[in-house]
Amino acid sequence: MNIALRPANRRTFAKLALFSALMFGVGYALVPLYSVFCAVTGLNQIGVDRQPVNLQLDTGRVVNIEFDANVHHLPWKFRPVQTHLGVHPGELMQTEFEIINTRNEAVTGQAIPSYSPPEAAQYFKKISCFCFSKQTLAAGQVQRMPLVFVVDPALPKEMGTITLSYTFFEVEGNAVANSGDGAGKS
Amino acid sequence: MNATANGHSDHRPSGWRRWLTTTNHKDIGTLYLWFSFVMFMLGGIMALLIRAELFQPGLQFLEPERFNQIVTLHGLIMVFGAIMPAFVGFANWMIPLQIGASDMAFGRLNNWSFWLLIPASLLLITSLFVPGGAAGVGWTLYPPLSVQMGIGMDLTIFAVHILGISSILGSINIITTVLNLRAPGMTMMKIPMFTWTWLITAFLVIAVMPVFAGAVTMILTDRHFGTSFFSAAGGGDPILYQHVFWFFGHPEVYIVILPGFGIISQVVPAFSRKPLFGYTSMVYATGSIAILGFFVWGHHMFTSGMPVTAQLFYMYATMLIAVPTGVKVFNWIATMWRGQLTFETPMLFALGFIFLFVMGGFSGLVLAMTAVDVQMHSTYYVVAHFHYTMVAGALFSAFAAVYFWLPKWTGHMYDEKLAKLHFWLTMIFFNVTFFVQHFLGLAGMPRRIPDYALQFADFNMISSIGAFGLGLSQLLFLYIVIVCIKGGAPAAAKPWDGAEGLEWEVPSPAPHHTWEVQPVVK
Ligand SMILES: [Cu+2]
Repeated sequence: MNIALRPANRRTFAKLALFSALMFGVGYALVPLYSVFCAVTGLNQIGVDRQPVNLQLDTGRVVNIEFDANVHHLPWKFRPVQTHLGVHPGELMQTEFEIINTRNEAVTGQAIPSYSPPEAAQYFKKISCFCFSKQTLAAGQVQRMPLVFVVDPALPKEMGTITLSYTFFEVEGNAVANSGDGAGKS
Repeated sequence: MNATANGHSDHRPSGWRRWLTTTNHKDIGTLYLWFSFVMFMLGGIMALLIRAELFQPGLQFLEPERFNQIVTLHGLIMVFGAIMPAFVGFANWMIPLQIGASDMAFGRLNNWSFWLLIPASLLLITSLFVPGGAAGVGWTLYPPLSVQMGIGMDLTIFAVHILGISSILGSINIITTVLNLRAPGMTMMKIPMFTWTWLITAFLVIAVMPVFAGAVTMILTDRHFGTSFFSAAGGGDPILYQHVFWFFGHPEVYIVILPGFGIISQVVPAFSRKPLFGYTSMVYATGSIAILGFFVWGHHMFTSGMPVTAQLFYMYATMLIAVPTGVKVFNWIATMWRGQLTFETPMLFALGFIFLFVMGGFSGLVLAMTAVDVQMHSTYYVVAHFHYTMVAGALFSAFAAVYFWLPKWTGHMYDEKLAKLHFWLTMIFFNVTFFVQHFLGLAGMPRRIPDYALQFADFNMISSIGAFGLGLSQLLFLYIVIVCIKGGAPAAAKPWDGAEGLEWEVPSPAPHHTWEVQPVVK
């Protein structure tokens, strides 16, 4: 009894085989469907350059940041490139400071920040600062150094102005022995 | 009819030609089952290599690349070489007997479906010995790695193609048999549960295996023919592969478990001496599990950066599957309620299945919660979870089926004492191996690594000891089966007094040709 020759079986076979072939096609159809789905919903857009959006930006107010630069017994000229900035809380900001070593020897120093009013310190978030590490300048070298910061949106309303003051101190032990000003021994 | 039946036995070749050219559903079923057992041993040896390497921290036996290859092949061989062919073997043997058909609808095609498995498995095994080794990407074959690997990956892709064709042809055969060749009077709602679950499984196979074949074909053309489906350098998207793969992959886990549900739904009533509780709801539950299975694939991708809305959708859809699964467990327990229970080995494996599969189902619910999954993704908790469903689910139900139908196949009773020993050894060592892996996963041990931090050492040692016990226990199974084939107490046509169904109306051992004259079901 060759039941394979039964026409009913053949018809069933043909239908099921066609269905499998269609499902093979569905596998491929998932590729354009995926792109369409992503395009419609705006998901996973490959190759589309999107800037990240800062959701914490408080554009309703401007905080005035003033920069101040001092040296303590160092043969350096130290100044902010911008003396003040208007900043929205939550906004990522970058500014620069400049040092010039007026000596003809290498000198190492470290900057210490201070804030006015002092309560502002906890709201002033430094992401990257030259004050995080020692700075060594060769004789006569001019160096520009970045400061990247965010003012916390939680900053109290009454603080309209923050003064950030840096003072460079010479680093003990790294002082280059020199006879004149005794800076290394301070 | 009778004249044709007699004609059959005359031109039946003997020796190896019988097996090579056979179109008899029982011969082909036997071939499938032996092939599956060989692959089970091979995949088991690979599992033991993995557990030997993980016995202690540090690298002892395997280079990390080799370790990854072994992990990949263990997964592919166990899923496509051991579990699926085992269930196809049961289907070949039992579906024609259960529905009163003289054979499968397409005998020659059936022969082909089986013999295609041999080149596929050889491709997988030889891939270990080519330059660069076998595919070391895990059984999911994720790009970008699968697009970049050596020739071993190509062999794996071809093996998947052949395995796919084999299982699609086998499934078409099963569907045609069930739909067209049922005995007169056997309506759809009188089909035994094992046949029902296989019918639904076969539809799943022909729906998703082609999609998997398409996905690996895309990898192949990305590798060699300049397409960029998945390679980001050409504008493709590796995440797309994950979607296509898991569109296949989740229904695939039902392909390996639904026939197991069917087996349990026949074993439990037989040893409870009661008809199955809620037959109709069993059928509908199986159908809804299969359909829901198409809408939950995203739960494998919670950490791929999908939006919260999609995560919530996949989370709730996944949890919804617990409902029809719960219906099944409820029905099995209700079947046992006030039944006259006896605990022969098939029943023990069925009870072990229910107990352990429910645990695997619960850890699946835990993993379905997006927030929890983000923590546990790709840890040993996942490994523990799917071994509770695949080993304690698929393998335990396969053992239950073998012990249940072995008297029908061989005409002998197996050694009940040894078989019970086999059950207890398997039950205990399985839990020793995999239960501790939950703790490893919760503690953060990642899967697919050959070496690990010191704090994981104790649990890994316990797990490895369990694995060797579990592996060695299976040699006892082989011994029991061989002894049963060679001899033993003769089995009656219906060796289990509570069993129901047409398969118990043919003599034991089942003659080469059965139901040449179809029975009439009332
Ligand atoms: Cu899944």
